[in-house]
Amino acid sequence: MNRAADALAPARRSGILSTWFALHLGTAVSALGRVARQPFASLMTILVIAVTLALPAALHLVIKNAQAISGNWANALDFSVYLKKEVSEKDARQLASIIDQRADVEQVTFISADEALAEFRERSGFGAALDQLTSNPLPHTLVVRPGASSTAQSMILLNEELSNLPETEFVQTDTDWVRRFHAILDILERATFIGAALLGVAILVIIGNTIRLDIQNRREEIEVTKLIGASNAFVRRPFLYTGLWYGLGGGLMALALVGYGLYALEQPVARLSGLYNSAFSVLSLDLRESLLIVGAGVLLGLVGSWIAATRHMRRIEPR
Amino acid sequence: MIRIEDVTKRYPTGQAALKNLSLTVEKGEMVFVTGHSGAGKSTLLRLIALIERPTSGQVIVDGQNTRRVSRRKIPAYRRQIGMVFQDHRLLYDRPVFDNVALPLVIAGIAQREAARRVRAALDQVSLLHKEKQLPETLSSGEQQRVGIARAIVSRPKLLIADEPTGNLDPDLSLEVMRIFRRFNEVGVTVLIASHDIALIDQLGCRRIPLVDGSLQTDEDDDVVAEYVEQLESERARSEWP
Repeated sequence: MNRAADALAPARRSGILSTWFALHLGTAVSALGRVARQPFASLMTILVIAVTLALPAALHLVIKNAQAISGNWANALDFSVYLKKEVSEKDARQLASIIDQRADVEQVTFISADEALAEFRERSGFGAALDQLTSNPLPHTLVVRPGASSTAQSMILLNEELSNLPETEFVQTDTDWVRRFHAILDILERATFIGAALLGVAILVIIGNTIRLDIQNRREEIEVTKLIGASNAFVRRPFLYTGLWYGLGGGLMALALVGYGLYALEQPVARLSGLYNSAFSVLSLDLRESLLIVGAGVLLGLVGSWIAATRHMRRIEPR
Repeated sequence: MIRIEDVTKRYPTGQAALKNLSLTVEKGEMVFVTGHSGAGKSTLLRLIALIERPTSGQVIVDGQNTRRVSRRKIPAYRRQIGMVFQDHRLLYDRPVFDNVALPLVIAGIAQREAARRVRAALDQVSLLHKEKQLPETLSSGEQQRVGIARAIVSRPKLLIADEPTGNLDPDLSLEVMRIFRRFNEVGVTVLIASHDIALIDQLGCRRIPLVDGSLQTDEDDDVVAEYVEQLESERARSEWP
């Protein structure tokens, strides 16, 4: 007898599973139908969610692009090697060509003391004061541009070796401000994260409120289903799916908004980077980031509707 | 099937809807609870359906003391009882078929089996041909039959109905009562609250008369007789051509 029951068990279990699946599918589809039947109201809700999700996503993209651009700058960062006063122009030129041979150096530009003075005179507006000088106070300078493949490590090494040359007075690098810029970007990124968390709470409220109205409108239906023996989970389920659809719709529309923003910025950015002779192009959201946004929408939709449904459903008991 | 033991139901206003009521309904019986409005008929049914709980006393349905049914267990408890309401309480946004199928969907019955049972239930109330219509397109009597089909589709052992003919004219009322009678004949215990005494007399079932929340005693007879007289004169008046 037991054997017969065992034989039946798997069939029954798969039956329960397919019934369960059919029930969920049916609930999901009818919830989607409900959302679609009020296109304007639903679109408003989805749009608010989309904008709320798109804001931090866009800010994140700005930071990500700023990091990419300044990353390029750091790599292409030139060393200014100021030579000692006693180094002659001829020796300096020779040194420039020696440094130029190095594998980790892309290019060396020689700026003689006279050129430097002329440039300084032109740019600083101290022309008259400089005329008072009897001799040129400026040294010869080599502007060393590291190779494209150089890493932070190799840059430090190059810096050290250039500093240790007997002709070198000192080597100046402009990485400090890049480091500061990155620190600022880090702060901005964290602020974006905090902002995103707050906006996430806003989405919970938006979805919660929409579901609350939905529950009020379907009060009679909830009462009747409870009267004929529906559990709270059964009554809650359609509202969870409604929240899920809103969240999914909001997430997808947020991606569309960000995508459209990028599309609109593509031309001006290309023109600007063209002016800088740079091949920079705007970075968009990668797959992981896109999934994160849609996932956040879905999760917030589910959590928001769960909270609202659980809270408001309890109060609806059959009369 | 139903045992009511010394039940009192007092509302927060202090008004007692039922006072020390005791009664028994046997398995397979068809019983009418009668009395004028406010006598406690509805309250009695609400206690049986666990929409409310008694202030004191025991309500025992099919061996289960409703006191021991926790909040979480109420849905499962209600699924064992078929309920019919005066105002039908159908869901007007979906067709007849879906309305009748609802208890089976809630119970998680597989679709094919559910469809078979829904059609059987609709057939028993002669509405098989209207399964695709929305309830609004049906007459009041037909809507009530849909309500009955929904109540019996999950094959409950107990069927309770609160004024099921309250909104129907005499012919339709009799038809609805006959449907109940048919279910009773196949073993379903039926408990109906109604004030339509003339109709009940036609069916010849046991009556549980309530007066002010208690079983009617001989002293109450005068009051009731007066009430019946009033009802019958009303009926006579309404049947005038």
